[in-house]
Amino acid sequence: MTEREMIKKTPQPRTEETVTEESGAQGSEKSDKLKAELDDILDEIDEVLEDNAEEFVRNYVQKGGQ
Amino acid sequence: MAVKKICGIETEYGISTVGAIDPNPITSSSMLVNSYLALLAKKVGWDFVDESPMTDARGFRREFQLPPEVETHLVNTVLTNGARYYVDHAHPEYSSPECYTPLEAVLYDLAGEEVLRRSMEAAKKVLPAGQSIVVYKNNSDRKGNSYGCHENYLMDRAVPFSKIVEQITPFFVTRQIFCGAGKVGTEMNYVAKEEVPFQLSQRADFFEEEVGLETTLKRPIVNTRDEPHADASKYRRLHVIIGDANMSQFTTWLKVGTTALVLSMIEDGYLDGIDLKLSNPVATLRKVSYDLSLSKALALESRQTITALELQYRYLEAAHKYAARESLEALGDEQEAKEIIKQWEITLGLLESSPDSLADRIDWVAKRRLVDGYAQRHGLDFDDPKLAAIDLQYHDIRFEKSLFYKLKAYELFEQDQINDAVHEPPQRTRAYFRGKCLEKFGASVAAANWDSMIFDLGEDPLRRIPMMDPLKGTKAHVDKLLDSCDSASELIAKLNS
Repeated sequence: MTEREMIKKTPQPRTEETVTEESGAQGSEKSDKLKAELDDILDEIDEVLEDNAEEFVRNYVQKGGQ
Repeated sequence: MAVKKICGIETEYGISTVGAIDPNPITSSSMLVNSYLALLAKKVGWDFVDESPMTDARGFRREFQLPPEVETHLVNTVLTNGARYYVDHAHPEYSSPECYTPLEAVLYDLAGEEVLRRSMEAAKKVLPAGQSIVVYKNNSDRKGNSYGCHENYLMDRAVPFSKIVEQITPFFVTRQIFCGAGKVGTEMNYVAKEEVPFQLSQRADFFEEEVGLETTLKRPIVNTRDEPHADASKYRRLHVIIGDANMSQFTTWLKVGTTALVLSMIEDGYLDGIDLKLSNPVATLRKVSYDLSLSKALALESRQTITALELQYRYLEAAHKYAARESLEALGDEQEAKEIIKQWEITLGLLESSPDSLADRIDWVAKRRLVDGYAQRHGLDFDDPKLAAIDLQYHDIRFEKSLFYKLKAYELFEQDQINDAVHEPPQRTRAYFRGKCLEKFGASVAAANWDSMIFDLGEDPLRRIPMMDPLKGTKAHVDKLLDSCDSASELIAKLNS
């Protein structure tokens, strides 16, 4: 990747203005959006979750590391 | 003037061998690395001559203090993107190449995740039917066993180590409020389970010392391993063992970016005279991790108290002064450095006012909302295994199974950029020379490590090319030279002339 492309990808997700907005009406809009997305995931999560949660958690054993 | 904060991330991945009876984690880890190498059909070994993990930054060497690490020589290789990929402590580990900016460190960490994903696929082909190896980018098995995600930063040797320890410790204790990966429950024996249904960090339960050399026992907040992999008269490498492995690109970026910034400020004296010494850093580390309100009073040595958020604001305030008076060149890219400060401020503000709005970028917030939402919907108790399963599966790196990837978090890089970084080295550090030599003259490379390349030209002795400066061997330095050579012999001849 060239230097220029790296700079282009420098994250600029939120400006100061959007943060100010977020504390007001825009903020609740974003919260609603995130809430809706969360609800969607919670609707689907059982399809993805390992079948037997208890066994899955019990069997996940690692040797220690750093 | 602070030295360039060349940085990188080493990640030990958790693994699970599905469908096998009593699987051996060392064998499984080796299988992952070997399957990936078979996929590439290229193999260059790692050279251990310059490894000295027992040298202490406080100025002495310790011998025979740690158990022998017999398994470290099992499988060890270097990739064309300049990274090291190997088996360490029964885990597959990927150490990113040296990166020029925090953003680049994020990219090469993601490239490592992709290498592990490809390894899983490749291993499937050699495993018996019904078996597979699943890889998790987390730091704990929830049973008291931890494995690390370490960061490395290039630092000026002239800065006394004691000063670094004093000025970085309060930052390390509290940065988890934005870079913790979150954990359901606690692994501390004496803490009542119901008191910690969820905590900010994967790792806080495992730290026992303020400063020390160990990484697997009695883990210290500031690690003193003095192994610069560079000219030791000019540089040190701060080996940071306190972080969590992050799934969110933004979280990784903010973690590495703010840390590189604070280390630069330490070098340039911008934290001198600011007394933020905590009275008990180790206990405070857990206190911060267990306090989801981020508002508990933390005791300072000065007998005053401060909250984790306030403490982070003190560092941010110093960063504003720093940015106003100094160039931020040490971070590699001034525009990015300014963005780090801006996003740090925005993130602290939102942590204070509406933490849930960070669910698309801060790992612990994202995980907590998932866990709480699921528990509420199904009326589950805090210790229901389903919640622990959600915690683990957040870190599954398979796109189709990972709960993190289901969240569709804010991304800094797209998959095609990550795929490129799997093979292409960073251009502005010596990783470029390492990676390109391997790509072009791989058959003649006998071994490689961070600060040298060893060539086998078919005649004795092997030829060693030192790379003691991480800032040399960049694309600008060596591209023409590499282009002009058709063989490793020619390269060595030109380097010697």
